[in-house]
Amino acid sequence: MANVIKIGIADIAVSKDPDIITTLGLGSCIGIAMYDASTKVGGLVHVMLPDSTKIKQNSNPSKFADTGIQELLNRMVKAGANKARIQAKIAGGAKMFEVSGATDVGNVGERNAQASKEKLKALGIRLVAEDTGANYGRTVELNCANGEYVIKAVGKPVKTI
Amino acid sequence: MSNFTLEDVNSMYFDVLKEIGNIGAGNATTAIANMLGLKIDMKVPNVALLSFQELTTAICPEEEVVVAIFLEVTEDIDGSMMFIMQRESARYLVNILMMKQGEESLEFDEMEQSALKEIGNIIAGSYLNALSTLTNLKIAPSIPYLSIDMAASILSVPAIMFGKYGDNALMISTEFGDDVKIDGHFILLPEPDSYDKILQSLGIPV
Repeated sequence: MANVIKIGIADIAVSKDPDIITTLGLGSCIGIAMYDASTKVGGLVHVMLPDSTKIKQNSNPSKFADTGIQELLNRMVKAGANKARIQAKIAGGAKMFEVSGATDVGNVGERNAQASKEKLKALGIRLVAEDTGANYGRTVELNCANGEYVIKAVGKPVKTI
Repeated sequence: MSNFTLEDVNSMYFDVLKEIGNIGAGNATTAIANMLGLKIDMKVPNVALLSFQELTTAICPEEEVVVAIFLEVTEDIDGSMMFIMQRESARYLVNILMMKQGEESLEFDEMEQSALKEIGNIIAGSYLNALSTLTNLKIAPSIPYLSIDMAASILSVPAIMFGKYGDNALMISTEFGDDVKIDGHFILLPEPDSYDKILQSLGIPV
């Protein structure tokens, strides 16, 4: 039986085939999914902000793209994943309100996506697919049986990347 | 640098913020009543300090669609504010404002979205007016921005803004209405320096 593991905002989980890891209603946050197809270990982290070094209150690694991705990789490896085979997919980073100018509300989604890509690159993890930006929220599901990352949004067809 | 973090909200600060919420929400309710020509009663607002996890489910389940109006605030106080209501409440207000009878759709067309922005503008504007009068600080709101989407997605915006300073968010919820109950949730997002200014202006040492 597959378990569905639900994670919240600034939260993280790693599991194995046949489980599904989901997070509901990503807005400007990013859901970074990692998957190792050889061991069928999968993980998801729901980060809120790009950079932990810019923030004083940074005790929760899952809150930030830089520390959250590192933490997810550590947990994946601990759960038996082979680092060289891990691939990543990312979703979220929307601009929920059409605020003009370079305020936080206007560009935090974009910065989150950018920071996530940079961190993955720095760790040598291949980003194989992404669904980021635009102006709507996303619910995501990582299927640990096959690495499929399913994205649902209000009034839009379900997307699998 | 600001001395204020929501983690150290003591009971006095909390009471002050609650009172601001109370007065602001009261003003907003009066504004709606005037706009719609209705007599509206308001319950005492509930002020809650929530973790991010709690914030994303505080109004309804994460994936339920809600209507949110967002404004940026400048001048003496920098920050932003959000007003969130459920779609049924939004439909009720739009119907009264646009003199539509019996329309029950939870989708809103372009005209209706404009009306929602205007409703949000009046509600948020009167709320900010109350805060401005109370503190004698100048508060200039931006134009209203509207989003109709999953609650958790919308609430990620204030969660992120609070997340820069701590792990909690402050939400003020009210219920008002005559025969139909309207739920409304205010989230004030002052920059931390502005929190200090608000409290100082009320004579509270920070």
